[in-house]
Amino acid sequence: MNLTILLWLPLAAVVAGLILPATEARFAALLGSAATLVLSIVLLVKFDTGEKGLQFVIDKVWISELGIHYKLGVDGLNLFLIVLAAVLFFASIVWSAFREWDRPRLFYLWFGLAESGVLGALMAQDLALFVIFFDLMLVPFLFLGGGWGTPENRVASMVKLFIYTLVGSLLMLSAAVATGVLAPGDSVTFDIAQLSSAARRLPVGSQEWIFLFFAAAFLVKMPAFPVHGWMPDGYRAMPMPVLAVFSGILSKVAAYGFLRIALPVFPDAAVHFQELVLLIALASVLYGSAMAFTTSDVRLILGYSSVAQLGFITLGIFSLKDTGAQGALLQAFNHGLVVAPAFFICALLAARAGGSEDIRDMGGIAFRAPVLATLFLIVAFANLAMPGSSNFVGEFFILLGVFTSKIVIAIVAFTGVALASVYTLRLFIRAVHNRVGPHVESREISLTDGLVVAPLVVLILAIALYPQIALKRSQDAVQASIRDAKALTQPAREASR
Amino acid sequence: MIVAAAKAPHIDWTGLSPLLALLGGATLVLLVGLLRPRVVRETLVPLLALAAFLATIGLGIWQYGEQKDLISGALRLDDLTTVLSFIFCTGGAAAVLLSWRAVAPREAAHGEYFALLLTTTAGMWVLVAAQNLVSLFLGLELLSIPLYVLCATEMRRATSLEAGLKYLIIGSVGSATLLYGLSFLYGATGSTDFAGIARATGSVANDSLLLTGIGLSVVGLAFKASVAPFHQWTPDVYEGAPTPVTAFMAVATKAAAFGAFLRLFNVALLDASVDWAPALAVLATITIIVGNVGALGQSSLKRLMAWSSVAQAGYMLAGVVVATQLGVQATVFYLAVYLMMNLAAFAVIVIRERETGLGDDIASVQGLGAQRPLLAMSMTLAMLGLSGIPATAGFIGKFYLIDAAISGDYTWLGVVIVIGSMISLAYYLKVVAAMWMQDAPTPGTALATGQPAMAGGSPEADTVGVQPETWFVALLFGAATLFFGIVPSPLFDLAVDAGHAFTGLF
Repeated sequence: MNLTILLWLPLAAVVAGLILPATEARFAALLGSAATLVLSIVLLVKFDTGEKGLQFVIDKVWISELGIHYKLGVDGLNLFLIVLAAVLFFASIVWSAFREWDRPRLFYLWFGLAESGVLGALMAQDLALFVIFFDLMLVPFLFLGGGWGTPENRVASMVKLFIYTLVGSLLMLSAAVATGVLAPGDSVTFDIAQLSSAARRLPVGSQEWIFLFFAAAFLVKMPAFPVHGWMPDGYRAMPMPVLAVFSGILSKVAAYGFLRIALPVFPDAAVHFQELVLLIALASVLYGSAMAFTTSDVRLILGYSSVAQLGFITLGIFSLKDTGAQGALLQAFNHGLVVAPAFFICALLAARAGGSEDIRDMGGIAFRAPVLATLFLIVAFANLAMPGSSNFVGEFFILLGVFTSKIVIAIVAFTGVALASVYTLRLFIRAVHNRVGPHVESREISLTDGLVVAPLVVLILAIALYPQIALKRSQDAVQASIRDAKALTQPAREASR
Repeated sequence: MIVAAAKAPHIDWTGLSPLLALLGGATLVLLVGLLRPRVVRETLVPLLALAAFLATIGLGIWQYGEQKDLISGALRLDDLTTVLSFIFCTGGAAAVLLSWRAVAPREAAHGEYFALLLTTTAGMWVLVAAQNLVSLFLGLELLSIPLYVLCATEMRRATSLEAGLKYLIIGSVGSATLLYGLSFLYGATGSTDFAGIARATGSVANDSLLLTGIGLSVVGLAFKASVAPFHQWTPDVYEGAPTPVTAFMAVATKAAAFGAFLRLFNVALLDASVDWAPALAVLATITIIVGNVGALGQSSLKRLMAWSSVAQAGYMLAGVVVATQLGVQATVFYLAVYLMMNLAAFAVIVIRERETGLGDDIASVQGLGAQRPLLAMSMTLAMLGLSGIPATAGFIGKFYLIDAAISGDYTWLGVVIVIGSMISLAYYLKVVAAMWMQDAPTPGTALATGQPAMAGGSPEADTVGVQPETWFVALLFGAATLFFGIVPSPLFDLAVDAGHAFTGLF
């Protein structure tokens, strides 16, 4: 299993697609993302659950003068996120292929670059390489949103999104260079595994500012409550299939960044700032939920619900407990799997409501379109973490973790679970039930659209039946990721043993 | 001693050959330019200039890796000289291609225009090869005076003349300040050659004469490198000068000025680094902030590039400040990638100036993505590279500079570079957004800034045909920006070799 092929296949396919006539460009992207999906499933099958540490490692010197390696690897932390990325990109490209786009070759070129960028950020095991992919994956979204988004104000919105998130990423760049250069060692290295022991010998002050810079990058990308300013405009501007992958996978890369880099490399600082990050996460849960049941734009309802869900994920990670962190990683996978079909379904509902994406203009189509409504119901139930869904397992673990570490925060966070049912059910009821909206024309989901949405819903059901498939494989890696930080939070008990 | 003084200085003619190629080329071009046939003036002359630039690069490659003193130690041929000469000869060659169909050489006579271009490059060569204060100043003047004239070569456009005059006056102030500073350095150390100054500075570290000399020299070189707060001339001169000259100034003058910075501060004044390093660090910070903030509101692409060049000078100054091998390498590396990104951008500006009649207004690139995707891609790579987005050479360059700043104990300067990049995104993205996300302006809405119909301008000269040589420059350097962002090793080798010229650094 060669990770390089998996990483660059989507980009290679669309670059090759540039020679095709414009009308056929979609087939190159389809082929590339389908092959990537197949490879990612092969990866999942070949993954050795019992083995600790990285698998399928590729480690080559890229820039020897700077000590940057081209190091890729897969372990329990990124395995399922890689699969998620491959699934969502394939679904989005299939969705896009059934629709007509202006300048299609360029459209799919950016799509392919986005997929390679996301996969790179997930697989990179070198800090500098991670930073490169983390920035790079954003570039295609600037062009996709700015070039093909909703006409009004798309350019300003996407530039705002890009600058906002890149401010965090650039801070992370300086933090990453500082980590590599300042960490004691024979030579400059950015290898995350090596840094996780070396960086702890840095002065406490350096560790803390470096951690804060990393946290800034991840929290902006999620987005978390005080730094979410790019989200409403950006979400309104992006075309739906682009938004589905953006919301589905990019925010998860940020959560993954905490587990891959911030916690193992800077455990002392992570413990030092644990409460700060927990409070930010809690604020995101409450603010996101409150906004989600007061706004009426479907994109923003889902956007703010993502803010809340990502808040939950951050809570789980920073509970610094095995259960909480495992729940967070599972929830990252679940949320990506739920939010993407939710955006697709909302696009279908908007198309049936005369193009309006306001829930006040929708409604009353469940009677004539039962299949669409049922699909949406399953997605909605998963989103509100109905018992029986995999999201329930994830949220349960997260709250269990927070409960054992910070009980007050856990109690407040519980309200977020209740609020999630409020905003999700409100969205569902207003969008498909109630009175028929003014311009609504009830149509069943078409076969082609069903081809995209239904498999995703089946996946949601599958993971709901058997969440252990993800939990079992991620267990060791998650525990290793938070081990040092966890040990620091319970010194008294360790000593008494 | 008396016998030695009576002898003529030993001259290493092979070592001097790159300089001779430039000066000989200038003479030849000037003479050939006097011939009557139009084909000679419009084709042969630029070709000869191009050949002179390429010959200089070739002679540099031939003597690559050698270290020798020329003319009794007044000049030195080492890898720093050679690598920097690659940079400004590439800039010069690109400027020749960009000037091929330009108005400026037609108005100023081809022979003179290209001879001036070669002479100023010779001045740059002397400046970066200089090993003592006198040859440093000679090089600076040989660089500056032809450049003043080149700025004013579009003789029937008032802004071009204004740019030339402005550059002359401010540049002279800069030269005078530098000269004054150099005289103080001589007074403090009793020596004009860098090695002698380096020996003397150890004992006179806090001498007020030396400090005055350092201060005035910083100011003088800062004028040339457009380091804030001595950058005010930059936007006006960049905007007014003919665009090919602007492109050349942006990349080559910057490289030469930083070569001089490195020679003077990281060799001659190395032991006094406690005196100048904090001051230069503050200047770098001011430059980064002023340059990036100044660029925000610009709608003229040339002014935007001017402010951007101010900001970029600030980044590169960080490499000088730390006074380490890594710092020198990072500066030289950045100069090389800066050359690529700027030439790609300016080539696109030149093409659009000729095609649209909108001058260098940002409207001239609107809708370029739909009309000319390849050109737009080049410009996009240049803009993303300048702002430091990964997968471009600019990112690696910035990474290198931050790396150098942090390992030289200037972590905060590394963070300032990053903050500068954040601000810079706002204006670089404005250009990118104009190309890909806005529609081309409808014909007939030409702005007043377009090339005016000039008295005596022949109508056939105003029609634009294909311009393969400018396209070549745009696409070549756009591709190079991408290529060296992914495979940076060749540039690293050059930068590391150039760093070896500084034996006093570690």
